[in-house]
Amino acid sequence: MTPALETRGLTIRFGGHVAVNDVSCRFTPGTLTAIVGPNGAGKTTYFNLISGQLRATSGQVIVGGEDITGLAPSARTRRGLGRAFQLTNLFPQLTALENVRLAVQSRADAGWSLFRVWNTRRDLIEKAEAVLERVRLADKRHIAPKALSHGDQRKLEVALLIAMEPKIFMFDEPTAGMSVDEVPTVLELIHDIKQRSDATVLLVEHKMDVVRSLSDRIIVLHNGALVADGEPAEVIASPVVQEAYLGVEVSRD
Amino acid sequence: MSSSSTLTLPFDETRRRGGALSELLSSDMPRSRALSLILLAILVVLAATPFLFPGSQPIGTAAKICVFIVLVASYDLLLGYSGIVSFAHTMFFGIGGYGIAIALERLGPTWSSVAVGLLAALALSAVLAVAIGLLSLRVRAIFFSMITLAVASAAAVLASQLSNITGGEDGLSFQLPPALRPAFRLLSEPLFGTAVNGRLVAYYLVFFVALLVFLMLLRIVNSPFGRVLQAIRENEFRAEALGYRVVAYRTAASVISALAATVAGALMALWLRYNGPDTTLSFSIMIDILLMVVIGGMGTMYGAVIGAALFVLAQSYLQVLMEAGSTALAGVPLLPNLIHPDRWLLWLGALFVISVYAFPGGIVGRLRQARQ
Repeated sequence: MTPALETRGLTIRFGGHVAVNDVSCRFTPGTLTAIVGPNGAGKTTYFNLISGQLRATSGQVIVGGEDITGLAPSARTRRGLGRAFQLTNLFPQLTALENVRLAVQSRADAGWSLFRVWNTRRDLIEKAEAVLERVRLADKRHIAPKALSHGDQRKLEVALLIAMEPKIFMFDEPTAGMSVDEVPTVLELIHDIKQRSDATVLLVEHKMDVVRSLSDRIIVLHNGALVADGEPAEVIASPVVQEAYLGVEVSRD
Repeated sequence: MSSSSTLTLPFDETRRRGGALSELLSSDMPRSRALSLILLAILVVLAATPFLFPGSQPIGTAAKICVFIVLVASYDLLLGYSGIVSFAHTMFFGIGGYGIAIALERLGPTWSSVAVGLLAALALSAVLAVAIGLLSLRVRAIFFSMITLAVASAAAVLASQLSNITGGEDGLSFQLPPALRPAFRLLSEPLFGTAVNGRLVAYYLVFFVALLVFLMLLRIVNSPFGRVLQAIRENEFRAEALGYRVVAYRTAASVISALAATVAGALMALWLRYNGPDTTLSFSIMIDILLMVVIGGMGTMYGAVIGAALFVLAQSYLQVLMEAGSTALAGVPLLPNLIHPDRWLLWLGALFVISVYAFPGGIVGRLRQARQ
């Protein structure tokens, strides 16, 4: 199967420090790949290189056969890359509905319409409302993120990603900082995305039980390099991973 | 920098209320009874000024208010809606003024000269706005502001140096097309005691063009495009990640704002039959615009109307008022000196400091808040 996303020799250096080191990896549609590794292993940096917030020192990012290494983040998004951020990254003063509607509007490529009133595009509003319904935030549609709980902000972050209908979903620790009773909602949403479409899902996650239950494949980053790649059970069981990276976390969970 | 300090909207902005007024105002209603009344009063008084107040000063003040409403509203599109701090807005205002002045002086007082001057000015403004936008909107906000400051200063120096074209510091006086001259009579008989002459035609030209451009700007900030600008203002990084090309949107906002300012400059020159550095290009006008936006309320558009009306009125009549007060208090120690007309700028400044301190959301923000 042709990969939806591929990185070839992806590398970024900050001075003498190599944050992501020659990572080559293919991601196929219908597969949820978990990316694990200790803090500072380069997981988020790897995401930033893929979605374009950082420019690679060398190597390529290829989406659907097209080399997008030189493109701006917005251009990558329009090619089907969708990213939810680790630190909640929303429009703090706009309503929850407007946050999602902006994502829907971008997907519909309607941003360059200058002479019609925005709320005449009922279709965009209705679609945004449906997404809010899906993440169970419909009753908070008129509240701005600033006034939402941390858990609700995380859900809204996921809502924006769903609203963009990407081909490739990138979740960066979607449950970080959430209370225990809120976690299942987000996990269900990710599971749902995986079931509904043949989306390519990349998931950075620390909680090993989450990784085990959701992923079809695990890759392990350490010091910026890809050190293990395979079936979840196999990777988790491998001695090198057990000892070096997951041991602590498995026992903590 | 945000327009709404409220986190929960007191109304459902997605609901469409029918009606021609809502359509005309792009679904962005004043949302405050007091604000609606003030806006209506400004509209009615501006529309009827030539018939309400005799003499040339009131109509001149009214025309200036109309021009500044456009100028300030176009600046609000940048500052309030897009979060772009530009100091080059008077440059575009000046380009509009010089476009009209140079064309009418060189090509003769005809309508086609007006058209040529305006189109040339619009084209130049658009090119400059695109150039500044593409070159510098990528850099940090503070550097962008510095660059606009430098470009605006360069333009002011250029205008004063090219004196054989621009008239230098003296500016250019010119003749208007016959239909706009005082000697022109549209009706042979006076209407409600006011002669319907070319001055009146010129005033209503300014009034209606200003109204049209204002409604257009109101439409643009309430369009899907305008919503993207607000998103960029709130979180540029996220807007880019959502797929919006931030630099392109910001550049477009700069161009639209520059074009509207150019039209305002053209109206100013047509009204004054003169254009010079002091009427359209000076940096002190830039400061006035900033004050008007902030006092009226950033990111509200209606704030431009109220800010411009208040400011221009104060500029025109505060001295007169103080003169009267000063004379009335003659004999009392200190007081007459304190409110001597020469002190008007001091008092204007004090008024603004107090109003900005008391209403951080501007007058419009305050009025809308009061409603909740």
